[in-house]
Amino acid sequence: MKRMLLAAGLVLAVAGCGERTQSGPSHRKTDTVAWDAAQNPFVAPGWTAGDETSWQSQIRDRTASQNEYSRVSPRQ
Amino acid sequence: MARMKFICDSERCIECNGCVTACKAEHDIPWGVNRRRVVTLNDGEAGEKSISVACMHCSDAPCMAVCPVDCFYRTEEGVVLHDKDICIGCGYCSYACPFGAPQFPSSGTFGMRGKMDKCTFCAGGPEPNGSQAEYEKYGRNRLSEGKLPACAEMCSTKALLGGDGDVVADIFRTRVLSRGKGSEVWGWGTAYGKPTGGATTPEAKPGK
Repeated sequence: MKRMLLAAGLVLAVAGCGERTQSGPSHRKTDTVAWDAAQNPFVAPGWTAGDETSWQSQIRDRTASQNEYSRVSPRQ
Repeated sequence: MARMKFICDSERCIECNGCVTACKAEHDIPWGVNRRRVVTLNDGEAGEKSISVACMHCSDAPCMAVCPVDCFYRTEEGVVLHDKDICIGCGYCSYACPFGAPQFPSSGTFGMRGKMDKCTFCAGGPEPNGSQAEYEKYGRNRLSEGKLPACAEMCSTKALLGGDGDVVADIFRTRVLSRGKGSEVWGWGTAYGKPTGGATTPEAKPGK
């Protein structure tokens, strides 16, 4: 009886070890990169579609244009 | 690689809600959903401060961590996006987000909650860039048009800055140095203290 209880206890204790992982492949769609330009007439001029470096340069320039200190002369 | 970030300068925000309007118009967002909103502290009192809040595109996004169907993903530029075809509208992301960014349209019967909608940093979704399917689900994809988010580009006082994080930090640092205050704020040295050369620093002024 004791042995049976011990065996049953062992089986229960190690039961979790045989559990299969529940993380499977995601069903999410794969996105395209931003420099793969939109197929519409609203694409801003000044960069080359499909060229990552050109797109990054465009984004940096556009971000820097938010700095109005670069557009006005410094105060005297 | 550019890392996209927003920052709102509370010294400049005038609570005009231009960013909210620009966002709603640009993406044709339905009634009841606000991807961006302006929050005012001490409203009506002298010295009130406003900031424009939307998804902050967290580096370690809690919405991604709690999503039971793994519908979120992060682009190479650090923009947190999601696939609406996978979303089940459970609302876990809404509870996890400290900024209240996830929004749920509730136009159905019995107050039924639709699929989650949030700021995309004007980067659309997993559908082909600039396609009609992408527009209908996520709105315009301005990044793939070589543009920045409409809210930041429309901001009249340039309180809301968006774009390459390094350049945004440089612009903010330039302002703080120019107006002579702000650098005493906790965390300023960590976030904006190191120039990267992306923005023009004003020339040294006598007496400053």
